[in-house]
Amino acid sequence: MKKIIIILLIFLNFISNSNALIKVDITRGNLDPLPIAVSPLHVDNTSVNLENLDVKKLGVNISSIIEKNFKSTGLFNPLKKEAFVQKPDIAHLKPRFEDWRLIKAQALVTGKLSVKDNKLKVEFRLWDLTASKEMIALSFTTTPSNWRRVAHIISDKIYERLTGETGYFDTRIIYVAESGPKNQRVKKLAIMDQDGAKTKYLTLGNELVLTPRFNPSNQMVTYLSYFRNLPRVYLLDIETGKQEVVGNFPGMTFAPRFSPDGKKIIMSFAKDGNSDIFTMDLETRVVERITEHSSIDTSPSYSPDGKYICFNSDRSGLQQIYVMKSDGTNVKRITFGKGIYGTPVWSPRGDLIAFTKVRKGRFYIGVMRSDGTGERLLTENFYQEAPSWSPNGRVLVFYRETKSGPQGKGFSAKLWSIDITGYNERKIKTETDASDPSWSSLLSK
Amino acid sequence: MNFNKNLRNIFLILFAIFALSACSAKKSQTTGDVYTGNETVEYLASGVKDRVFFATNKSSLTSASRETLRKQATYLRKNKKLNVTIEGHADERGTREYNLALGERRANAARDYLMTYGISGKRISVISYGKERPVNSESTPLAWSQNRRSVTVKVK
Repeated sequence: MKKIIIILLIFLNFISNSNALIKVDITRGNLDPLPIAVSPLHVDNTSVNLENLDVKKLGVNISSIIEKNFKSTGLFNPLKKEAFVQKPDIAHLKPRFEDWRLIKAQALVTGKLSVKDNKLKVEFRLWDLTASKEMIALSFTTTPSNWRRVAHIISDKIYERLTGETGYFDTRIIYVAESGPKNQRVKKLAIMDQDGAKTKYLTLGNELVLTPRFNPSNQMVTYLSYFRNLPRVYLLDIETGKQEVVGNFPGMTFAPRFSPDGKKIIMSFAKDGNSDIFTMDLETRVVERITEHSSIDTSPSYSPDGKYICFNSDRSGLQQIYVMKSDGTNVKRITFGKGIYGTPVWSPRGDLIAFTKVRKGRFYIGVMRSDGTGERLLTENFYQEAPSWSPNGRVLVFYRETKSGPQGKGFSAKLWSIDITGYNERKIKTETDASDPSWSSLLSK
Repeated sequence: MNFNKNLRNIFLILFAIFALSACSAKKSQTTGDVYTGNETVEYLASGVKDRVFFATNKSSLTSASRETLRKQATYLRKNKKLNVTIEGHADERGTREYNLALGERRANAARDYLMTYGISGKRISVISYGKERPVNSESTPLAWSQNRRSVTVKVK
C-alpha cells in the first residue's frame, strides 16, 4: 500500500511540476490541509433587504458555508477571520498578496454580492497567494432564496480548481429519519442538503419506510414502504409528492436502486423463501428476471456504464459479493476474504466497489476494485453499513448504530462520512436519528 | 445439636441443588445459538406456542421448532376458519436488506412446515420485518437469539 502511495506522489509531483499553481492532493489522507482564507463577501450598499432574508448578513453567511464545506473535506484549513488583513471589497478588487501570505494563507476567496429587483447577483474570485495570481473569477445570478446553493456551487468551483476533481457540495442526501423506542421505531423519509441544512420530511411516519435512493436526475426516489403492511418498492416524485408501487409482484419487493440512465429500477423480489433480482422498466413496465438461484440474491447496484451489476448472495453459504453482466449472465464471485460481505455499491467513477463487511462480530465499511482485489477496510465499529458514494467518488456516507442496554437504552443511529483514503471520518448532523443515506448527484451539472 | 447440624446440611444441599438448577436453566436458554427459553413466547392457545427460533443467518427448523409448529398445525386444523400471518424476523447483526430476505425465508420455513401437516397455504400469509421489529431491544447474544424468530399471528 505504501508503495502505491509513493508512486502516486511521484506521479502527481510530475504533473504539478508542469503547473506552478497550488494544487491539493486528494489521493491520500491529507495531514497537512491547505490554509485558505475565505473573506466575507462584500454586500453592495445599494442592495435591498428582503422580507425573509437579511441581505446585509448574506456575505458573511455565504462565506461561512464555504468555510464549513472546506473544513468538512479535511483537505483545507479555513483560517480565522480575525486575522484577515484587508476589507472584503478591497481584497476582492486586488488583494495585497504579501499581507495575506503573512497570515500563512496559501489561497484566498473573495467576492461581492448585490440584491436588486429580487435577483441575487454573486461574484467571487479565487486567488493563489503563492503565485500572486487569480485562479478563477465567476459570477452567478439567481433568486435570493437560492443563496445557500450559491455558496455550495462556489465551494464546488473552488474545490474543482484546487483538486482537479469535481466537487460534491451542491448535493443532497436522502435518508430515513428515526425516532421512538427500538422495538417500535418510527421511520420517515427525509431529505437535506449535504451539509445538514434544509431538512424536509417526505413521509409522515405512519408506515415503516426503508432504503431510499435517488434517481440520476435527483427528482425521483425509490424506496421500500410497508404501506398497508405490504412491503413493496415504491417510487416517489419529490416535487409533486406523488407515490406509486413499482410493479405488481405477489410478494415482498425490496433493495431498490435506479439504473444509471434512470430508466429502470433494479430490486429483489422475495417469494417462497427465495429472493432473486429483477428489473422493471419504468416506461414500458416490462419486468425482467436477472438472477435465478435458490439463495438470497439482493442489494444490487449497477456499474456507472450500466453494463454490470454487483450484488450480494449467500449461494456459497454466507453472504458474499458477486458481479455479473447486466443481463444476469457471467456471474462471478469477487470476495473470498474471511467474513461476510454485503451491500456492494459501485463507485460513480467505476473503479471501486464500496461494501459492508462483518467479521468476528465487528462491522467494517471498505472499498475494493471491481474485480475484488485491493480490499481496504476504512472504518470498524459495533454496527455500521449501507455506504453511498459522493458523486465524485471520493467520500462515502453510511450509518452507524450504537450498542443498546436494557430496554434498548442508549440506542442511536447516525449518519457518518469518511474519505476513501480512510481519513476524515465525521458524524453528519441530522435533526433526528438517521439511517440508510443516499447521496444525490450534483444538482447543477 | 445433632439435629441442627443435620438440618443445616440439608439446607446446604438444597441450596446447592437450587443454585445448580438455576445455573443450568440459564445456560439452557440457547442451544447452539438458537433460543430455547420461553421468556418472550406467547401462546395461540393453551400449550400452543406462537413462535420458533433460529440460528444466526439460518432458517432451518430445530426439532423443538418442529414440535411447536406441529402443535400449531393441530390447532389450525381444529379451527378451520382461522387464518394466520407468519412474521419473519432477524437480529440486528446483519445488513438491513439481507435481513429482510432472511426474515422472509424464515417465515416461509415455518409456513412450509405447517403445509406439510395439511394446512392450506391459502390460510397462511407471510411478512418479513427483517431487523425492524426486535422483541428484545438489548444488544446482547440472548436478545439476538430471541429476535431471530418467526411468529404465527392470528388474522382478525
